[in-house]
Amino acid sequence: MTGPDRPQDVRGAGTASPRRRPWRSRPRRGRAGPLTYLVLIGLTVVSVFPLYWTLIAATRSNAEINSVPPPMVPGPNLLKNIDLAYDEIDLTKAIVNSLIVSGTIAVGTVMFCTLAGFAFAKLRFRFRSVLFGLTIGTMMIPPSLGAIPLYMMMVELGWIDHLQAVVLPTLVSAFGVFFMRQYLVEALPNELLEAGWVDGASTFRVFRSVVLPIARPAMAVLGMLVFLQAWNDFFWPILALTANNPTVQVALNNLGQGYVPDRSVIMAGTFLTTVPVIAVFALLGRQIVGGIMQGAVKG
Amino acid sequence: MFKARRRPGQGSAPYLFIAPFFLVFAAFGLFPILYTAWVSLHEVDLQNPDEARWIGLENYRHLFRSEFFWKALENTFTIGVISTVPQLCMALGIAHLLNYRLRGRTFFRVAMLMPYATSVAAATLVFAGLFGRDFGMINWLLGQVGIDPVDWESGRWTSQIAISTIITWRWVGYNALIYLAGMQSIPADLYESAAIDGAGRWQQFRYVTIPSLRPTILFTIVVSTIGAIQVFGEPLLFGGVSGHLGGASRQYQTLGVLLYDEGWFNYKLGYAAAVAWTMFLIIVAAVVINTTLARRRWRNGA
Repeated sequence: MTGPDRPQDVRGAGTASPRRRPWRSRPRRGRAGPLTYLVLIGLTVVSVFPLYWTLIAATRSNAEINSVPPPMVPGPNLLKNIDLAYDEIDLTKAIVNSLIVSGTIAVGTVMFCTLAGFAFAKLRFRFRSVLFGLTIGTMMIPPSLGAIPLYMMMVELGWIDHLQAVVLPTLVSAFGVFFMRQYLVEALPNELLEAGWVDGASTFRVFRSVVLPIARPAMAVLGMLVFLQAWNDFFWPILALTANNPTVQVALNNLGQGYVPDRSVIMAGTFLTTVPVIAVFALLGRQIVGGIMQGAVKG
Repeated sequence: MFKARRRPGQGSAPYLFIAPFFLVFAAFGLFPILYTAWVSLHEVDLQNPDEARWIGLENYRHLFRSEFFWKALENTFTIGVISTVPQLCMALGIAHLLNYRLRGRTFFRVAMLMPYATSVAAATLVFAGLFGRDFGMINWLLGQVGIDPVDWESGRWTSQIAISTIITWRWVGYNALIYLAGMQSIPADLYESAAIDGAGRWQQFRYVTIPSLRPTILFTIVVSTIGAIQVFGEPLLFGGVSGHLGGASRQYQTLGVLLYDEGWFNYKLGYAAAVAWTMFLIIVAAVVINTTLARRRWRNGA
């Protein structure tokens, strides 16, 4: 019951801080002219065409996509091409594995980041600013550079080719902590917390019954972003997993680096494993755009 | 007792809230990176990683004498420049367009972000086809305007341009949205007073928008630099079977690909760790240089 417009802040794209919205009443921002639309439509075509081409190539025979001029509409060969891709690698397994991995990573990351984000936003403790600075600093450290010891660790544990080898190292996100903190600083009224404490609730109780409901919209956006990143993650999964137990990206790596002669077959595999995600993305696009823009504004 | 509870953050609760994040990060983020330095001082075989043999700085001596390393470093640098500089300029322009009052603004924003939602692997496989020598769509388009087919993959510059195109395609919309967010938080009165002073649209862009975006621009430069130093998936998959070499004559092998090739194709994990740790130091240096250069430049400019 904290302002009914709160969830809008995440959904409405680019709401930097819910308190001030300088651009709402800005007279300056001009209306776009026809040229602007023309350029933007051109850019849209460039953005979308490679994905559309995946569809064309996946539904045609190799001979057809190699013809001049190239075909511009989909053909009837999708199922046959997908069948051939399955001869190379078990794509169903890859998709199921990716769903498990990305889902677990999304849920875990959102949980850990909400906990930490809340502490950094609203609790007072020693070294708070130092630890938060440290968290921001870790955003600069590329985790892929630790891949070799990580790999040795996974060999030692016998986890190579097991999904937990991919899930565990990817389970936290410094960006997520930052993102949740920014949101909760604004969205969570102190009075509500105080009221909880006065009633004698423990901090964990307050977290469960006060913080979580308010944090939900931001958690949803963060979850989508993390899911997408986990689904697309490439470097570590191709080290930790093999074709026997692949995620989608491992499977694509195998198709692309193998001796598959038919581009249409590679494209069919790409289409099958990529387009569902892109479709969901397009449906949730507004929220994801809002999340990225909100995370971008760093005071 | 009761009173203490009223003050948020008494006791150990806050530390318990942040503990999961820091524990996982320490175990799977920080520790492996630091431990990379230690591994790089050993000879470690991929097939038998338990038995590490101390060899001191031998891996580094070998690395800095290796022509493959210097070539990969050069390729990483050139691909980094070709993929980042035009991309960020374009992103700024796109953000400016998206900042107009638009019909269907959500549609355009989502459309610009579609490539970001596409995985490296998928994007590279598609573009590898589009850049094909014999039947690629790009050569076909060039043929329409009378340009002979280009063998994109085998040339040094052509392959690096192709790879940079993939990177730019994937990231330009994302960076445009970051800039757009920055532009939308610029207070309107700055523009108003500029307009009163007689500044036209371009001058407003040049003297109000750009300076106000400085922190955002620096942020994107730093992030893009870190990304560029690690470029991996695009060159690996662009090359198909010879991807782990970065092309038949290593014409587009980046440091990331070199690391993978040495570790997982030549089984030399210790040597690969030396590559990784060198990359880490380059990243630290690049970030420091970026930040100080940008600061000095802006201070002089302002």
